[in-house]
Amino acid sequence: MITKKDVEHVALLSRLELTGPEKDMYTRQLNDILEHFQFLARLDTENVQPTAHVLPLQNVFREDWAGLHISREDALANCPDQEENYFKVPKIV
Amino acid sequence: MPQYETVIGLEAHVELKTRAKIFCDSTTEFGGAPNTHVCPVCLGLPGALPVVNKKVVEYAIRAALALNCKIAEFSKFDRKNYYYPDMPKNYQISQYDLPIAKHGCLEIDTANGVKKIGITRLHMEEDTGKLVHQGTITTTPFSLVDYNRAGVPLIEIVSEPDLRSPEEARQYMEKLRTVILYTGVSDCKMEEGSLRCDANISVRPVGTGGFGTKAEIKNLNSFKSLQRSLAFEAERQIKTLEAGGKIVQETRTWDEGKGETLSLRSKEYAHDYRYLPDPDLVPLLIDRQWVADIRNSLPEMPDQRRLRYVKEYGLPAYDAAILTNTKELADYFEECVKAYPHPKAISNWIMGDLNRLLNLHGIEITGCKVTPQNLASLLMLIGRGTISGKIAKTVFAEMFAGGKAAETIVKEKGLTQISDKRVIVAIVDEVLARNPGPVEDYKAGRERALGFLVGQVMKASQGKANPELANKLLREKL
Repeated sequence: MITKKDVEHVALLSRLELTGPEKDMYTRQLNDILEHFQFLARLDTENVQPTAHVLPLQNVFREDWAGLHISREDALANCPDQEENYFKVPKIV
Repeated sequence: MPQYETVIGLEAHVELKTRAKIFCDSTTEFGGAPNTHVCPVCLGLPGALPVVNKKVVEYAIRAALALNCKIAEFSKFDRKNYYYPDMPKNYQISQYDLPIAKHGCLEIDTANGVKKIGITRLHMEEDTGKLVHQGTITTTPFSLVDYNRAGVPLIEIVSEPDLRSPEEARQYMEKLRTVILYTGVSDCKMEEGSLRCDANISVRPVGTGGFGTKAEIKNLNSFKSLQRSLAFEAERQIKTLEAGGKIVQETRTWDEGKGETLSLRSKEYAHDYRYLPDPDLVPLLIDRQWVADIRNSLPEMPDQRRLRYVKEYGLPAYDAAILTNTKELADYFEECVKAYPHPKAISNWIMGDLNRLLNLHGIEITGCKVTPQNLASLLMLIGRGTISGKIAKTVFAEMFAGGKAAETIVKEKGLTQISDKRVIVAIVDEVLARNPGPVEDYKAGRERALGFLVGQVMKASQGKANPELANKLLREKL
């Protein structure tokens, strides 16, 4: 059972600001989703391997070649704030 | 007051020496102007897709085998979600429940003998970007971010909480470094950050089971700060408990200048990483033949090599430990032994004059101008009596500085030892004539006067007289 407190916690972790009505709505919606998983959990999965990936692919590798990179101007192009070619971010702790 | 016991577990991060990053083609080269070794993948730009560098998987397996781990048959990558600007994606690609390797161990030499430290797991992940603060992380008004390092391949090696003192923690890290260096997958430079570690530490009254509440210490970038910070933190926790306080589970940072650990953030939120399998990366099925091939390509590891040096060359355990500390030094030693089969004499020279000069000039053995063959020839000259041990030191210093062969220097400088009896007798007569006082002293029974006279003969011959012969002839004359 997901409580409003859980929603507030997850919102904080995801840096989302929620209004009171939104918290109520998400609490209800997330519980609906969990309920659906309760329904799915009734299936017999005794002989089913856990799914790590939906595609039937393994071992897709690249070789160890260094080459492609982009210019610093391009790298910083979408940056809201920069200084001395660094990304500038607000105080962290 | 109860006696307390310290419980420590370490998480070591090792940067792998690949050319390209773990999931893209950007270079891993250290340094470089800020934000120039980046591409859409390691900047986390929309639509960019990571693909794992095969060399990273190979190197991770290589390190894991050297640490006696079991290699997984099935492994995958996961996203570790957190909001911190060191990663542009707001998650780090790491491995959660199916790491590439588990259940290893590493042996350290403690005061109470060899101790086996368990290794819980070894997994692959991407390194984070670098934050530049003004002053310290807690007082800076803003931070600057360089993503050159973001996406450089790392392996994280997690130990069991088997370490019982700050000293053991340092020994474990030193041993880990030695073993990883032998495998060649990293250069393990703590000062450049290619070897880093975080420590989990708690205390408990001796004799009690279970663990106390732990603190995690970050920002440990030398063996010294590792040991010092743990000593400080153990004492802080004991004092807190003794004063009736409680330990809070938290992350603390080591302040080298102040010599103390400071609280960074409460751990409860930080640990809520909401891992999920990364849908951009497909799983790994590790072929057993591949693992066997990597195992076969590993060199002899330091522990085996050390034991062999004691057994095969009859060296003291102390010599064997120093010589095998790096693969390069051990290889150098063995090349010398091939050319001049007197292991102990070679060991003495390597641990003595050679190491002293290397340390003095800050040179690695691989950059040493004295080749193993040249060191062997020098020792042959001593062995044959062509030069004295004392002259050899002068010759060696010159070989070290200029890379010339021992014979060349001896010939150029006319340093060949004088073993001609007539020449030495002449010098002895002169010394005796000039030093009537010591001669009297010797005759009065003071043995020490002989040492002085031998010294005078050596000096008069510019160190070239055969010391044994000089000694013998002096006694005869007296």
